[in-house]
Amino acid sequence: MTTTASRSTIFRRPKTTTGFWSWITTVDHKKIGIMYGYTAFFFLLVGGLEALLLRIQLAGPEGQFLSQAEYNAMFTMHGTTMVFLVIMPMSAAFMNFLLPLMIGARDVAFPRLNALSYWVFLFGGIFLYSTFLFGTTGAPAGGFLADEVSRLGSAPNAGWFGYAPNTESQYSVGTVLDYWSIGLQIIGLASLLSSVNLITTIFNLRAKGMRLLRMPVFAWMSLVVNFLLAFSLPIIAVALWMITFDRQFGSQFFQAANGGDPILWQHLFWLFGHPEVYILVLPAMGIVSEVLPVFSRKPLFGYAAVVFAGAAIGFLGFGVWAHHMFSSGIGTVAQAAFGLSTMTIAIPTGIKIFNWLGTMWMGRLRFTTPMLFAIGFVAMFTIGGLSGVTHSVVPADWQQTDTYYVVAHFHYVLFGGAIFGIFAGLYYWFPKLTGRMYSEKLGKLHFWLMFIGFNLTFAPMHWLGLQGMVRRTWQYAADTNLGPWNMVVTIGAFVIATSILVFMWNWVVSRRRGVQAGIDPWDARTLEWTIPSPPPQYNFAEIPTVTSLDDFWHRKYTEDDEERPVRREGADALVAELEHTGRHPDRPIHLPAPSYFPIAVGLSLPLVGYGIVYHGEVWGLALLVVGLLATVTSFIGWAQEPSEPEPFGEEG
Amino acid sequence: MADLAHELGHHDEHEGLGVDNRKLAMWVFLASEFMFFGAFISTYLLFKGREGLTPPIPRDLYDIPFTSVSSFVLLMSSLTMVLAHNALSRKDQPATRSWLLATAMLGMVFIGGQVFEFSTFVQEGMTMRTNAAASGFYLLTGFHGTHVVIGIIMLLSLYGISRRQDGLSEAKGLNLELVGLYWHFVDIIWIVIFTVVYLIP
Repeated sequence: MTTTASRSTIFRRPKTTTGFWSWITTVDHKKIGIMYGYTAFFFLLVGGLEALLLRIQLAGPEGQFLSQAEYNAMFTMHGTTMVFLVIMPMSAAFMNFLLPLMIGARDVAFPRLNALSYWVFLFGGIFLYSTFLFGTTGAPAGGFLADEVSRLGSAPNAGWFGYAPNTESQYSVGTVLDYWSIGLQIIGLASLLSSVNLITTIFNLRAKGMRLLRMPVFAWMSLVVNFLLAFSLPIIAVALWMITFDRQFGSQFFQAANGGDPILWQHLFWLFGHPEVYILVLPAMGIVSEVLPVFSRKPLFGYAAVVFAGAAIGFLGFGVWAHHMFSSGIGTVAQAAFGLSTMTIAIPTGIKIFNWLGTMWMGRLRFTTPMLFAIGFVAMFTIGGLSGVTHSVVPADWQQTDTYYVVAHFHYVLFGGAIFGIFAGLYYWFPKLTGRMYSEKLGKLHFWLMFIGFNLTFAPMHWLGLQGMVRRTWQYAADTNLGPWNMVVTIGAFVIATSILVFMWNWVVSRRRGVQAGIDPWDARTLEWTIPSPPPQYNFAEIPTVTSLDDFWHRKYTEDDEERPVRREGADALVAELEHTGRHPDRPIHLPAPSYFPIAVGLSLPLVGYGIVYHGEVWGLALLVVGLLATVTSFIGWAQEPSEPEPFGEEG
Repeated sequence: MADLAHELGHHDEHEGLGVDNRKLAMWVFLASEFMFFGAFISTYLLFKGREGLTPPIPRDLYDIPFTSVSSFVLLMSSLTMVLAHNALSRKDQPATRSWLLATAMLGMVFIGGQVFEFSTFVQEGMTMRTNAAASGFYLLTGFHGTHVVIGIIMLLSLYGISRRQDGLSEAKGLNLELVGLYWHFVDIIWIVIFTVVYLIP
């Protein structure tokens, strides 16, 4: 059914387009996006499970469900997982699947590099999680956590921020933090490669006529995010190398006794960590900016303002990191400066929120599931944004820091923001992904359960925090009177878990039995809705030419005297024609050929990781050498493989 | 350049910046690398003058004349890289090969110098365990050296490719340009390191 010009290289080149091996060797951005999505969702379940364990422990005062060590491991892995293994790869899933479709391209600029990003991410995640099998931890000399540590507790336990000097080997014995630092190094590499790839794609592979200011907002936000990644990941890479060398080879970066500086870790971490916050939320803002106009049947209000606000958030995001450090003794001048810069971030964010409201204002709203999630995003993100501004007031921040108030704040922006946006996107593009419609009834049930559960979980944390409930502490005393609201929080967490089950049920059933969707079920505006659902391997039979922002909409609609949209006479015929031509290209299309080498390189990196962790043992050194050799060999094989597109696919 | 882009057909169907994909990607990657070295250089600057560092500290051990020579060698390798590029644009394969090899050799001389420097410092009692400034010094210059080594591997790969019958073609000329970009970047970073870390007291 498929032929690939096979040229002799080191191995025979992969040929299949279906079945297991086609996924292993694929360089198709859509398949890679789907793999990113499922992997991230799997980790969402894992991170969610960790959160539930935490909430069971905290449901009542003096909980005994988890040991201290287990509690530390769970809150660390919950944060690390949700940031690096859920929201980031879920955003990568959207970018991979959608960007080429939105800008009118057949694939990303470097398809094999794209596959490499995925495999490096996957094996980096597996490496990190292998700590539950192999990691060791225990009490430091003179420490008080001297109980026997179970497998559940044998995981990184210094928080997702991994503050030095707690992460130094004299305070954190064993290997769990080596799994953390090296695992994050590998996962970060995946995002760095992907950022280089996607920036090039957005700049250079746009369809004719799609000037930068005609790109969908999602493409714009992806561009900003990928620049943030490219400039912030190297900083965390440096910090992680430092802690790795401190732990493994005795360097002194964070050893205050010898001129080292624990605060340096905080600076480096938050120089990455604050842009990271926008890395997590900007893709969701992009998704919402696609969803709201479609279901309001109006163009996005103030397109240029939304775009520039997004870019401004990206720039300002690099200038506010020390607001995470107001209690670290950074001095009053720095506190004032970073307090001010933090307040300024509220301006572009506010611009966006008003533009979304302006988009809905006077629109003909359709309250579908993606629309509900998008509106939920705007509302919840506004709450989280406002509580964020309260942190910029330094004396107030001193009261709030390390309490559940902060936990409430960042869950409102990352769950109420990023996750709600991601679910809006998952429902919105479900028909494009599968060719079928999801169940609207189950979708709405999911939304309302999640919305209620979310607020039950995180709203009470505001007042729990203001009453003085401290973060990262495994128990609270009965006489603090914090018990009742904590019980509410725990109930809310289980409501969220139920809503996720509804979502999964909807997804699994609708994928097989949903109503056929057609190419444009939402009457949408962007290019991905001009091609068949699910998109053929080559995406576009003919690369489109674009003449305006929301080009597809303008081909379907014109305006009457009062600027109301009026469907053109030929619109239905246009959609039918697009459906037909999309499936029947009139000439053979050349696509990048699949390759074994991305997964080979991806597999070799964890070997290097284990080699570094166990370099004290002979077999560890051997593993290090084998891993490095495997990496180099795979790259040489990669370089030998012809990279030009080859005739591929059956329908030419 | 314009002809080349046209031949590759990238710019016929697409809007773009008019820069080849691979070159654009390399520029983005190098921009990211600036942050990487920027963080390491800042760290070294933070630590170098601290009180209470266990001696010896890097500044006590620097052999400026020696490092000046090895810096000069690395600087010259940028010149030979340019000459290799120039020879390729004249389609002079043998000269391209020679200059590539010369560039790689100069890089190796630099690395040899670094190995010598590190081993001398260790003999004089400064390892990365000695104090934070020494840690900063070894990681900064060590990661730079790693970049040079990767550059040498890429140069030798180019040399290997060019020895096959078809030689380095025009289309692959861009690969040479890419390696060149990378090589010049590594060189520029060294100029910064040499000035800021070694020369400024």
